[in-house]
Amino acid sequence: MEFGPHLMLASLEGAVIASILALTAMGLSIVFGVMRVVNVAHGEFFMLGAVIAWWVASHVGGHAAFGFLAALIIAPLFVGAMAAGVDRLILKRIEYDPDRTIVGTIGVLYIIQQTTLMTFGPDARPVEAPFNTRLALPWFEWGENGFAMFWPWGLSTTSYKLFVIVAAAVILLALWMLITRTKLGLIMRATQQDSETAQAFGVPVGRVYSWVFGLGAGLAAIGAVLVVPIQQAHYLMGHDPLLLSFIVVIIGGLGSLPGTVIAAFLIGMSDGIISVFFSPTLAKIFATLLVAMVLVFRPQGLMGRRAP
Amino acid sequence: MSNGKTNKSTINRRSALIGMGASVGAMAASGSFGFASAQSVAPIKIGFQKHATGIGAAYGRWYDTTTQAATKRINDMGGINGRPVELVIEDDGTDPKRGAEVVEKFATQHNCDVAFGTLFSHVVFGSAPRAGELKLPYFVVSEGHHVASGKLNRYTLQPGITDVKSQVQSMAPFVGDTLGKKVTMIYPDFAFGHDHRDFFSDAIEAQGGEVVAKIAIPPTETTFTRYFPSIPRETEVVYHVMVGPAVLTFVKELGEFFGPSRPEIFGFIDSLEAVDINSPGLEFLEGTYFWEGNPRHAQADQTSHDKAFRAAVGVDDRGASLADSKDVSTYAHMFGCWETLNIIKRGMEAADYQGPADRSRLIEAVEAMTDMPASDDHPQGPKRFNGKTHQTFGQQYISQVKDGKLVCVHTASIEDGLYEDEVDYTTQSF
Repeated sequence: MEFGPHLMLASLEGAVIASILALTAMGLSIVFGVMRVVNVAHGEFFMLGAVIAWWVASHVGGHAAFGFLAALIIAPLFVGAMAAGVDRLILKRIEYDPDRTIVGTIGVLYIIQQTTLMTFGPDARPVEAPFNTRLALPWFEWGENGFAMFWPWGLSTTSYKLFVIVAAAVILLALWMLITRTKLGLIMRATQQDSETAQAFGVPVGRVYSWVFGLGAGLAAIGAVLVVPIQQAHYLMGHDPLLLSFIVVIIGGLGSLPGTVIAAFLIGMSDGIISVFFSPTLAKIFATLLVAMVLVFRPQGLMGRRAP
Repeated sequence: MSNGKTNKSTINRRSALIGMGASVGAMAASGSFGFASAQSVAPIKIGFQKHATGIGAAYGRWYDTTTQAATKRINDMGGINGRPVELVIEDDGTDPKRGAEVVEKFATQHNCDVAFGTLFSHVVFGSAPRAGELKLPYFVVSEGHHVASGKLNRYTLQPGITDVKSQVQSMAPFVGDTLGKKVTMIYPDFAFGHDHRDFFSDAIEAQGGEVVAKIAIPPTETTFTRYFPSIPRETEVVYHVMVGPAVLTFVKELGEFFGPSRPEIFGFIDSLEAVDINSPGLEFLEGTYFWEGNPRHAQADQTSHDKAFRAAVGVDDRGASLADSKDVSTYAHMFGCWETLNIIKRGMEAADYQGPADRSRLIEAVEAMTDMPASDDHPQGPKRFNGKTHQTFGQQYISQVKDGKLVCVHTASIEDGLYEDEVDYTTQSF
């Protein structure tokens, strides 16, 4: 494949990865920002979203779109509610102590993963996309006959992949509005800045924590529902999103939402482009190297604020 | 500050000790069950190393179903040497390290007579040396060339399924003559995929063709489109073989990449094992070719042996479970478990096997086997076992997708897949 079309294909693949990653990492980032909890079970909430999407889609008859739409609503709500339960049952009881929450969420990771293995089983299961048309993409070139358009071999995407990119952008925009324009967002930000003072002003910090933990997990679940028609639901699928989300959150700055989006885009695109032109292993090496560099030269992350 | 540190480490040590104590206790408890059985009256125990979890899970489930069915049949016919056969099933997580531990459990804890059933080649590589050390006959159903290559040991045998080197050698003439000479290979990046890469490259060159690109993909990969631009435009045939939980995504994205202008496509059915060939997004496969170890869809000239095998295992004419038509089996591979168990039975009968002391005689008895005609014991077709290399050779099938059905268009003979011996295990001492 020639360079131009090749780059375009790589960017498109990268944009899909970046969109899903932005949603998933945003969940991790919000939870850390507000609660100072490093949620190691985040990838399992992602996986659970995909598995529930399969379950819902396979129980809804009719056109594939109905099942998908139902999954898009039910899976994040269920996963969010479950995460809120985890907050009440576990995190609250260990008083959000940083060390113990890490160990606690590792436990949650294994409980969710193994329960899924015992019930859903070890097979990968597909969810049918609501629509999936192959779109051949044109390329423009200045040739002998002047400006010409042609259709390079293999340069294509699908309507569903474009939908994923748009849907992720819309959801992130809605999230930003929620945080900056609503009372709920105000309460969240107050809790983030100083939870004790917020409590003194009548903010129900305990309940806010549960909501935030549920929201974070719900975002991961939405990302998973969007990705499951492209990939498939599998009980081990939570590992990579967790790792990449951590990379993104560290690069973007823990708790910084714009930083998370920028870093997700950076990592997603570089993953897409480097793995197309070189190798996927090199893309992982690059991402990890970037984390190391950020930790050495800018420990607070690209957009993070230095601790006072 | 140093005080605080000391305190912390004391707690850690104590909790660590409690944890270790608990796990030692648990191990001792589970061990006591294993040692409880008395050898002389006990049934013959076959340790089945199952890929119940991990990337081989789909195969593991169907290898299990087939193994259970074969064991039931053997027991219904009176067992082995008048003794019933008992399966001891352990999950290896499709993981080489765990595989070696499982083999060890079979030998020392469960007192199994033989170990059996491993598919994924990296797990075989990880487990076989331990089986050799423990002097436990280890019957693999893996396809990898590792057995016949001489890299393993006298205790490891592959009598029930043909290896990759033989498979690709018998496929190459068809690919070169019928489909095209310029081949791009896409394969999983581990031992099994490397067998494909090395042996098919040689085999197609012998046909006057060439491999124009080799694209290795990690078996745990989940998205594939980004690998496909490396397929050169001059490619006449795409040769694909993929494993792992994401095979459906792999084939779907291959179709989306090519769209209406695809080259010829020749795949190993591994890329679609346990996947319905009529899944949405796979329409482009119409007219493409697949290697099949055993034709998934019942053919017009179906043998009575294949019919009996399907009925015993519980799959229909499309290779799907009788209980759930969406649950497609790993039909091209799982016959290997059935045939291997029947070979173990015949080997034990020939050696008058009584217990672990007769293990070396069992191996000698299997090494002495040669031609095995097609029968209810060998539903896939006739086999020729090479006792020196511990490897069997059988017919291979090429099917074309026609109206959503895999129709066999070429059968490669046993002779097509023979190659020179690379090892003589019979010269190794026990």
